[in-house]
Amino acid sequence: MLEMDTARSTPRDTVDAVPAGERAVPARTSASAGPAGGHHPSQRARWRQRLSRFDTKASPYAYISPFFIIFGVVGLFPLLYTAWVSLHEWHLIGGQGDFVGLKNFQDVLEQRFFWNAVRNTFSIFLLSSVPQVIAALLIAVALDSGIRAKGFWRMGVLLPYVIAPVAVVLIFNDLFGDRYGLVNELLGWVGLDPVQWHKDTLSSHLAIATMVNFRWTGYNALIFLAAMQTIPRDYYEAALIDGAGRIRTFFSITVPQLRATIIFVTITSTIGGLQIFDEPRMFDQYGQGGADRQWQTLTIYLYNLGWNQKNFGRASAVAWLLFLIIVAIAVVNFFVIRRIASREEER
Amino acid sequence: MTTRTQSLKALSAVAVGLLALSACGSSAGADSSAPDPLGTTSGPITLKLATFNQFGYEDLITEYMATHSNITIEHKKAATSNEARDNLNTRLAAGSGLSDIEAVEVDWLPELMQYSDKFVDLTSPEVTGRWLDWKVKAATDEEGRLIGYGTDVGPEAICYRGDLFEKAGLPSDREAVAQLLGNTWDSYFAAGRQFAAKSEVPWFDSLGATWQGMVNQIQAAYESPAGDVIATTNPEVKQTYDAVVKAGITDGLSAKLQQWSDDWVASFQDNGFATMLCPGWMVGVIEGNAKGVKGWDVANTFPGGGGNWGGSYLTVPTQSEHQAEAKAFAAWLTAPEQQIKAFQKVGAFPSQQAALDSPDLASVTVPFFNDAPTGQIFADRAKAVTVSPFKGPKYFPINDAMQQALTRVEDGSATPEVSWEKFVADVQALG
Repeated sequence: MLEMDTARSTPRDTVDAVPAGERAVPARTSASAGPAGGHHPSQRARWRQRLSRFDTKASPYAYISPFFIIFGVVGLFPLLYTAWVSLHEWHLIGGQGDFVGLKNFQDVLEQRFFWNAVRNTFSIFLLSSVPQVIAALLIAVALDSGIRAKGFWRMGVLLPYVIAPVAVVLIFNDLFGDRYGLVNELLGWVGLDPVQWHKDTLSSHLAIATMVNFRWTGYNALIFLAAMQTIPRDYYEAALIDGAGRIRTFFSITVPQLRATIIFVTITSTIGGLQIFDEPRMFDQYGQGGADRQWQTLTIYLYNLGWNQKNFGRASAVAWLLFLIIVAIAVVNFFVIRRIASREEER
Repeated sequence: MTTRTQSLKALSAVAVGLLALSACGSSAGADSSAPDPLGTTSGPITLKLATFNQFGYEDLITEYMATHSNITIEHKKAATSNEARDNLNTRLAAGSGLSDIEAVEVDWLPELMQYSDKFVDLTSPEVTGRWLDWKVKAATDEEGRLIGYGTDVGPEAICYRGDLFEKAGLPSDREAVAQLLGNTWDSYFAAGRQFAAKSEVPWFDSLGATWQGMVNQIQAAYESPAGDVIATTNPEVKQTYDAVVKAGITDGLSAKLQQWSDDWVASFQDNGFATMLCPGWMVGVIEGNAKGVKGWDVANTFPGGGGNWGGSYLTVPTQSEHQAEAKAFAAWLTAPEQQIKAFQKVGAFPSQQAALDSPDLASVTVPFFNDAPTGQIFADRAKAVTVSPFKGPKYFPINDAMQQALTRVEDGSATPEVSWEKFVADVQALG
């Protein structure tokens, strides 16, 4: 809550401060020019006064306008245009056809692939985000403790993030081959049956989640690590004197202190998780999410509708449905965060 | 039509705006320096040529630039045909950004034919009778406009492992194997059962690959020329589906390895299967995947007569500012002499009548395939193609749905009956 208060008070201060200073300047000018000028300077002073008032009111908007102009062109306009397209029959090459109202939405919602894609998206998202956040936390704790060659290890966890996602998928695909893959080979050595990575729904989600985790865990670990280093060391020393063990300090000091960071990481991985595309698209040679759509996510479904079937109307309908899902989840996030924040205040 | 054009313009404006943001200045500058869109003047110009995979054009481009001093050629190569298709579709929709010459693969040509007015009519007395009839027919629209010059074709033969045949007590030399396989699907599957009785190795790679050969012999499989979707009601489609499932699953002839999957590629090193349908360009693929494996050979026969799989065209989009020069260059590239050079370079089999009878072609042999005279074999196979199957605008998505239906049967995630029902539902969902 402390940050919010400062944030609110800062603009009020500046608004008060700036006009006061500006008002002082014209007053001084008119005083010095007064004996020589008479009527004219005071008019000019009023004009300048008006101008400076306009400046203080308008310039903040001018300063923030680049973001909103760019957002309008590349964010808001496509959003509205997509809505327009979704209400029509629309062919990728042929362009606009008849106005069909909500028929595209109805068609999409009636198809088994849509709900299947929703399920897959959430399944892959949960399988990747939950272990990812937990693993990242543990790695960050390990990096935060007194290990040797800290720089080396910290660089090391970031390395997977530097590799292009498609390259990651190509390598992992080789490992996850159903018949000649290394993973199944290893499972065979310990006496387990080979897993049908490209057939079973859950196995395919696990394989894809593994690729996502490989890429993002290190990145999130570094964010956690940065946050951990801002926790005052006194807390740990005090806990140590009180006789708390490592596990106790982790749950009673580290995790509560990282609450804001955990929320941030969760939100970013939610957005990324719902838009997952590269990994499932590259998971087999067809790129459509499997013979029975075992791993077809919403973005893959959207892409197939638009670029394979060339049905832009339906693809746009899916894009809007995805948008609405993300908005719904953002609202849930918002309330969860508010509850956490208010609980903190109670303390 | 006007509303369409307007909306296209709006769409293209967006796309161009976005492109401008991501900096595309240099090529725009080069284009605007061209004085005349029809290219009647002979100032220096730059022609852009877009291909994918391997067309074997590198040396030919140098050769052409040497004889045409005012023309500079920029060659853009996409890694896969799918990538090229996405690029072509997107820029066609945007209304700008295409190259002067765009290579198009036969499988996605049908979906472009309904927008044939976006491509320049390439008909010209100079090229009449240059290609195999069915090759020209597929690229000619209802009004008789020819929108693509044929480059290569994929006449199909059967590639087989002679060593595995021998182990199973079957003949292994080319002529005897061609006899054994016969020229119907029944005889091909019968030979497979004979082989399976003596060997552990599966007969062919996958249902999907075999389906590809069979469906290309059906005159109108998925859509009627009148424009109706008949895929789910056409008795020929269902019969073929049942036949391939019986051979591959019931009789156990399929290795269940989806073409181009990692497992499929790896299986070449591990006696994955004994035969496969083999268009001309597949020879190079097998040689690459099966490096170090001995025994591959090519039999001069194909079930059901002849079959074509793949092959491409060069088109000139109406977006091009140098249509005349582009057309002339495309005509030169697809002349028999040039395509034979491309065949020698990368194995893209020529679609030109004159090339098929050329001694330069007939003399080509491949050491990896037991010195098989591939030039002669594939020339014979190209002449055996009689059916030019009708492919409507929905061919691509419907065939995808069928491939997935067959994959479901192979990986066991659905019985043949259930998988067929899902296929029917998928086709209906295309709307």
